[in-house]
Amino acid sequence: MAERNMVEAVNDAMLEEMKRDPRVVLLGEDVAGGGVFRATQGLLEAFGPDRCVDTPLAESAIIGVAIGASLNGVVPIAEIQFADFIHPAMDQIVSEAARLRYRSNGGWGCPITVRAPYGSGIHGGPYHSQSIEAIYGHVPGLKVVCVATPYDAKGLLKSAIRDPDPVIFLEHKRAYRLYRQDLPDDDYIIPIGEAEVKREGSDITLITYGMMMHHSLKAAETVQEEDSTSVEVIDLRTISPLDKKTVLKSVEKTGKALVVYEDNLTGGFGAEVAAIIAEEAFEFLDGPVTRVASPDVPISPYAGVLEEYVLPNPEKIAKAIRDLAAY
Amino acid sequence: MVSVKDLPGMLGLTDIQSLDIYYKMVLSRAASVRQRILQRMGKGSITYSGEGHEATQVGTAFALIPGHDWVFTYYRDVGVVLTIGMTARDVLMAFFARKDDISSGGRNMPSHFSHPKLRIVSEGAPVATQIPHAVGTAFAGKLRGLDEVSMVWFGDGATSKGDCHEAMNFAGVHKLPVVFVCEHNQYAISVHWTKQMAVENVAVRAQGYGFPGVTVDGNDVLAVYRSAKEAVERARRGDGPTFIEAKTYRLVPHSSDDDDRRYRSREEVEEWTEKDPIIRFQTYLEGHGLLDEKTRDELAKKAAEEVDAATEYAENAPLPDPETALRHVFAEEEVA
Repeated sequence: MAERNMVEAVNDAMLEEMKRDPRVVLLGEDVAGGGVFRATQGLLEAFGPDRCVDTPLAESAIIGVAIGASLNGVVPIAEIQFADFIHPAMDQIVSEAARLRYRSNGGWGCPITVRAPYGSGIHGGPYHSQSIEAIYGHVPGLKVVCVATPYDAKGLLKSAIRDPDPVIFLEHKRAYRLYRQDLPDDDYIIPIGEAEVKREGSDITLITYGMMMHHSLKAAETVQEEDSTSVEVIDLRTISPLDKKTVLKSVEKTGKALVVYEDNLTGGFGAEVAAIIAEEAFEFLDGPVTRVASPDVPISPYAGVLEEYVLPNPEKIAKAIRDLAAY
Repeated sequence: MVSVKDLPGMLGLTDIQSLDIYYKMVLSRAASVRQRILQRMGKGSITYSGEGHEATQVGTAFALIPGHDWVFTYYRDVGVVLTIGMTARDVLMAFFARKDDISSGGRNMPSHFSHPKLRIVSEGAPVATQIPHAVGTAFAGKLRGLDEVSMVWFGDGATSKGDCHEAMNFAGVHKLPVVFVCEHNQYAISVHWTKQMAVENVAVRAQGYGFPGVTVDGNDVLAVYRSAKEAVERARRGDGPTFIEAKTYRLVPHSSDDDDRRYRSREEVEEWTEKDPIIRFQTYLEGHGLLDEKTRDELAKKAAEEVDAATEYAENAPLPDPETALRHVFAEEEVA
C-alpha cells in the first residue's frame, strides 16, 4: 500500500499507464516541468520529451493535435492547465472529438483523455475556479468524469486512458492535497459510469460529486449527530454516462433527494439529476427534489469572504438537509 | 509565382500518369456537375462543388502515396478524394445519403468525405478544425518513426481562424511532416479575400512559423504538382512542413443554396471560366502530343459513364435503417 494524496494519485496513474502502454503520450502546457500542480512530475525524466510534450500555449491545438495523434496509433492525454481555459478548445472537443465516431458511422474513433483541474475554493477568482462539467456532460459522444479522492482519481484515470472514446477527466483542485489515502500497489481500475455510495443512510439521499462530496459527508455527520437524520451520500464520480440505477435505488429507499453541486444552479448537471429523479422515482418521493448549488454569478469571486458567500459549504448543505427532512 | 513550362516528364511523371491526372480532373468535374443537377432535380438537399479547383486538388493529392499518407479535406475536395482512390460511386452514395455510404452512412452532409482504409479522415463542417488534426497525425508519425506525410486542404477563409495559426505554429515548432494546402479561390462564401487578409500572398505567413510558403498558380496542375511533390519530399525526409497557397477560382456558387450573383460580377466569373484548369491542361497535353481528340473524347465518355453508373447505383441503394441513428455514439465492442 502506498499513501497518496489525489494529485500524487493522478501522477501515479499516468506513470503506470505510460509504462504499461508505450502508445500513451502526454501533451500540455508546462507538463514537462511537472505542471503547475505537479501532477506530471517525473514523467519527463521517465519517458523523455517525445512522450511528455510541452506544447505551445494554445488549447485548441493541444486538443486538435491530440485528436489527430489518436488516429495514428497514439493514445494521448491532453492536459488543460485549468478547466477555465478549456473554452478555446470547445470546438475541437464538441465538434470534432465528440462527433468523429458518430459522423463517420463508426469508421473512426478518438481515444483521447482530456485532463483538467477544475473547481473552486482555492481563491482562484473567476478564471481558476470554474465548473465546466455540465457543458460537456450535455454533449453525446463525450464521457465526463469528476473525481475528488485519491483512490477514485487513480482508478478512473486509468479507465479513461484505456477508453476507446474521448473522456473529459476533471480533477477537483481543492481536493488535490486534501488528505492521503492508502492505495493498492496492484493495478486497479474503476469503471467509468459507476457511482459510489460514500456513506449509507436511510432518511435522505444526497447526490453529489467533486469537492461537494467532501462537504456533503461533513454535513451528513453533523445532522446525524445533532438531529439523528441519516443521510445516504452518493458520489456520482462520472456524470456522463450517469449511473441512474444507483441514484434511483437509493431514492426509492429514502423517499427524499437532495442534489448538491458546486456549479451555478441554473442548468448545472444536478438539474439533470433532479429531473431524472422527478421523472423516474416520483412515486417514491416524500418531498420535493431539492438542490444546493452556487448562485448564478460567475464562479468565483477572489476575495475569501465573497468566495465563501457564493459557494456551497457544509453548513449550507446541513441546512438544506434539515429543511428537506422536515417534510 | 511558380509556373511550369516543362514537359510533364521533367516532373517525373510518365505519360500515363499525366493522362491519369487529366482523367481525375475530368471525373471530378463530372461528379460535381452531376450532383448540382441532381440537387436541382430535388434528389438531394445540398451540394458543394469542386468546379474550378480541379488542378489544385488533383495536383496536390497526386503527390501523396494513397493509403499511406494522411488526407484531411474540406467540403470542396471531391478532386482530392477521387485522386486518392475514392470512386464516383462513393461520392454519389454520400450525395444520396445511403446506408452503405463509406463516408458517413448518410450522417454527414454530402462532400464531407471519409474513407478509413485510404486514410481520408472524416470531415466536420467548422472551418479549419481539420488543420490541427493533420498536425496530430504527423506528430504521431514522427514520434513512431514512420515516413508518413499528412496533407490538409482548406480555403482562404480558413486562414483567418485560430486553429490554422495554432496548427501551423505547432507544426513549425515540432518540424512535422505536414503539408498545408490553401485553395485560395478568393471568396469565403461572399467575402472577398481582401477582407480576409492584409497580405497579397497568404503564403508569406509560413515564414512566421519557420517553414517555407509557396504561392502557385492553382489552375496550372503541373505547377501545383511540382510544389506539392517538393513539399511532400521535404516532409518525408524530415525537413518539416510547407505551406502551399494555390490561387484559383470556384466557377459556381459556394453551394446549391448560394447565389453568387449577389457578390461577384458575371464578367469576373466569365474571365475565370476562360482560365478553366481542365481546358488548360488539355491544351497543354495536346500541344505536347500526349492527348489527341480521340483519347480526349474517350476519357470524357469514360467519366460520364462512371458517373452515370454511380448515380444509378447510389439512387437505388438502400437507405439507412432509421434505428441505426442511435448507434456509434461510443465504441461498440461489447455489442458485436
